[in-house]
Amino acid sequence: MSSFWSAWIIVLTIACIVLCTVLLTWNLKNHVGVPEGETTGHEFDGIEEINNPLPKWWTIMFYATIVWSVFYFAAYPGLGNWKGLLGWTSSNQGITSLAESKAAIEAQKLAGTPSQLDREYMHANDTFAKEFAKYTSRPIEELAYDTQALKVGQRLFLQNCSQCHGSDARGQRGFPNLTDNDWLYGGTVDKIKETLMYGRKAAMPAWGEALGEQGVKEMTAYVLSLSGRKVNDNDAAAGKNKFGMCAACHGADGKGSLAHNLPFGAPNLTDNTWLYGGSAGSIETTLNKGRNGVMPAFKDTLGEDKIHVIAAYVYRLSRPDDTK
Amino acid sequence: MSKNYHEKIEKSVGWMAILTVVAISFGTLVEITPLMFIKDTTTPVDGLKPYTALQMEGRDIFIREGCTNCHSQMIRPFRHEVERYGHYSVAGESIWEHPFLWGSKRTGPDLARVGGRYSDDWHYAHLMDPRSVVPQSNMPGYPWLGENVLDGKLTANKLEIFRSFGVPYTDDDIKGAEAAVKGKKEIEALIAYLQSLGTALK
Repeated sequence: MSSFWSAWIIVLTIACIVLCTVLLTWNLKNHVGVPEGETTGHEFDGIEEINNPLPKWWTIMFYATIVWSVFYFAAYPGLGNWKGLLGWTSSNQGITSLAESKAAIEAQKLAGTPSQLDREYMHANDTFAKEFAKYTSRPIEELAYDTQALKVGQRLFLQNCSQCHGSDARGQRGFPNLTDNDWLYGGTVDKIKETLMYGRKAAMPAWGEALGEQGVKEMTAYVLSLSGRKVNDNDAAAGKNKFGMCAACHGADGKGSLAHNLPFGAPNLTDNTWLYGGSAGSIETTLNKGRNGVMPAFKDTLGEDKIHVIAAYVYRLSRPDDTK
Repeated sequence: MSKNYHEKIEKSVGWMAILTVVAISFGTLVEITPLMFIKDTTTPVDGLKPYTALQMEGRDIFIREGCTNCHSQMIRPFRHEVERYGHYSVAGESIWEHPFLWGSKRTGPDLARVGGRYSDDWHYAHLMDPRSVVPQSNMPGYPWLGENVLDGKLTANKLEIFRSFGVPYTDDDIKGAEAAVKGKKEIEALIAYLQSLGTALK
């Protein structure tokens, strides 16, 4: 804050306190010209205004708030650039980037004056960091069979993941089921953790224009035939001829990118798991308009420690009966 | 009999008005006036971008549907809020907001950093029928947003008004505003707006 605005605030604030004091003190004396306890002569509907003095308890409280404000302004920031004798801050409001925020926090810690928020964090770290350290030092495969870790993982999952994947983790239309051991980007611990940390962006292009109405119908028939559904054989054969453009992601056999060690997240079309529905209508919509499923990145929101535990919980979801 | 000042003030509308204004202006002069001039509250955060035409329409839909009645856009510097929503809100994120939509009624979650938190598909499903994705939700559905189509007639005016407030829109932004939103569904605009929230602080 520039010194002009700092002075502006200080002068006006102190003037306000002084004026309140003067006004209150002045009003303790009778300036009305009517003796106390007698009528001022104002009367309406038989109700008279009596010239009573200010109540004592009220006056004392008013003075107490004035005294309180003096100590408060001395101890805490409030008067312009005055930082207060206690050096207290709630947070760093003037920052313009996360890097600046981090630098400010470090500087305050070094100076021994962390803000209120950072003290809350330091306190929490003292309490919880050792709990999480117990988990992060262990491999996810092992954590997945630790009852305590799974409880923590479930809590975190319910708070952060259930909005899309459901509280039972069985997903819904457009959001994958995490309990069926059918994976788009891989079900190994590393892949699960990677998905949680950095998110995923699926890109099924819209083929409606390229294929045309008849083409979409034929391709739908072929895709349905891959999972053994009864379809019009002519349509399916015609669709198969054009499947080359799908094969880049789904593989020539339609078994999906994971089966071919590709990182696209293109689903296996030969099984009966459908992310967007397995009816002919749903598949036609997928072909016409494309699908762009997004898993958000949680690295910055949750941090790696928590993600490590959530990954263990998710890993275990598709192995419910397995014991180790 | 001494002069009766009380009576003089009480019976003179002029004095009463002048002294009332003096009495109530201290707070404004101290707490609001400096904010319009000091660096802390007039410097945008590094990544701040003006709303695109579509996001601007989404913002107006956000206001029209009364979203602020339940959702605040102000993460306070408390650990329980910062852990849930992300870095607390800072002044530099709001300087192009006219008016800001910080709100104070926190029935639903804070939305100050909801951008990127969910996918567009999730927002679509959630706005059409919140209970289809969050069974415990008590948010109403807004299915008409999926039907209403924007005509973009007033979009350019909106950007121009914001430019007059000091938001750096270019002539091209304003010229292309109508075309950028025309024919889009309201729900697309609202999702574009939501996905932009809180993403400037990097």
